[in-house]
Amino acid sequence: MIQTETAVGHGRTVALGLAAFVLLALAGLAMPKWLTFLLTMAAANGLVSLGIVGLMRGGVVPFGQGMMLALGGYAAALAFNKLGVTDALLLALGGGVVATLAAAPFAPLLSRYRGIFFAMLTLALSMVTYGLLMKLSALGGSDGFNLGRPTLFGQVLADAWVGYTLYVLTIALATVMALLARVYFDSTRGLVTLAVRENELRVEYLGGSVRQAMTINFILAAFCGGLGGALAVMSLGHVEPTFSFWTTSGEFVFVAILAGWQSVAAVFIASTVLEVVRSFSSAYFPNTWQLALGLFLLFVIRFLPKGIGSLWMRGSTR
Amino acid sequence: MSLLLQAQGLGKRFGAVVAASDINISVHTGERVSLIGSNGAGKTTFVNMITGYMKPDQGRITLDGLDITPLAPRAITRLGVARSFQIPQLYGDLTVQDNMLVANACHDQKLSFWQPARRPEAIARAETLLERFGLAEHRERRVAELPGGVRKLLDIAMALTASPKLLLLDEPTSGVSADEKFPMMDTIMAALGQEAGTTVLFVEHDMDIVERHASRVIAFYAGRVIADDQPAIALATDDVRRYVTGELLQE
Repeated sequence: MIQTETAVGHGRTVALGLAAFVLLALAGLAMPKWLTFLLTMAAANGLVSLGIVGLMRGGVVPFGQGMMLALGGYAAALAFNKLGVTDALLLALGGGVVATLAAAPFAPLLSRYRGIFFAMLTLALSMVTYGLLMKLSALGGSDGFNLGRPTLFGQVLADAWVGYTLYVLTIALATVMALLARVYFDSTRGLVTLAVRENELRVEYLGGSVRQAMTINFILAAFCGGLGGALAVMSLGHVEPTFSFWTTSGEFVFVAILAGWQSVAAVFIASTVLEVVRSFSSAYFPNTWQLALGLFLLFVIRFLPKGIGSLWMRGSTR
Repeated sequence: MSLLLQAQGLGKRFGAVVAASDINISVHTGERVSLIGSNGAGKTTFVNMITGYMKPDQGRITLDGLDITPLAPRAITRLGVARSFQIPQLYGDLTVQDNMLVANACHDQKLSFWQPARRPEAIARAETLLERFGLAEHRERRVAELPGGVRKLLDIAMALTASPKLLLLDEPTSGVSADEKFPMMDTIMAALGQEAGTTVLFVEHDMDIVERHASRVIAFYAGRVIADDQPAIALATDDVRRYVTGELLQE
């Protein structure tokens, strides 16, 4: 009976995820190009925030996840320009792998820290990366550099379809990662992460490893960040050091807080909200859009402290 | 009964305060040992040293002949030593059943990225223990909403999830009303009685409970063991009557 419920629970999640993907993919055919681009960026950036949410479930918030975005983005752009790798899927996955490899040596160190110390250490790492990218003329310095049009499964993408194809690829990967994240959050490891958030001492006295949980979550967040970075760079056609700047990281944290740690779908909804607010506010009141964003965040923290995901995850303690 | 736990020459100081001095204790499988003593006598320090929370300045501790003195709490837990806490260490935002599932997941050596925490065998194990401790009716309640006595029971039920060889209970009835103490301790001991081969060390201040549930008493005073015998004998010694129960002081 219980097994059936679990299977139905995951089956329902997968069905909903696939339905959302098909719906968005079909809707993309009728959307104006600016909207498919906006949703592509929302999904790519949402992946970065998904990694942050994974860490938030363990009680820490990184302020330097822009570094993962930059690492994934630069890796994809360099692979395209220097190695001749043009396949969009390979570039995206490669971005995730490079960010993971770059983050792995720091993960055991960071797993020892909590609260503001964890946040500041991740911020420091991202700002060091930013400084290096600014100074490295081989990587375009402060201007960054461009990359051309990727291919997909050996097919050259036509002018009319390149935006849509990247949009479908991005939401497809976002759907897969969202479903995997849901499975992980509901797994035994996922539950131990939630326990770490509340009481590390008891986790250790029950035989669990707090540091292992935090290390794994940091590495998974790096993969999500790198994947998102590569996807974003392919749609933008450009990469630059500001990806690793602290304000960029702040936007990902904003999305994660807006979403809350309970719902995976909420991360992508929150990311879309940010992109919409950013786009329209930049157009209609360009110098004060951060003000609107800040007020919105205050509203969410005051009335939905567990994020917008808590609206439909009410009653769930996990 | 085989030798399970052996503490040899344990010493621990906190500055000028001697928390443990030349502690030599052997515990055999299946024993119900009560640790008694006034506040600051060294009972909790002893428990903390066994579970790896504190390292002794001198001496060694063996479990089944294996030296566990340098090991971290997690490693000691995995060798079969579990504990409950004087102040229950629970997950207040989670439900009672989820707390049990956390305990089960932490104990799982092969933690999985895919295997659901709410899988049938984990829930069945959780339900068995919840039933045994009389907690089944609370399974869907958030722990933060529970009364103190129920939290105490849940704290112990979680420790028991791993079917430990040695269970240490730090003041299992503290903070519980006098009326509830006996039924609660009866529930705990009945539940433990169904765990084959679990040896229990419990810190307790109520001598009626000690006499009723312990097969052996170890009394501490100023970091030293002043009595180690069957309850009737240990509680009748002058040192215990003077420094623990205070009977001689009253006389």
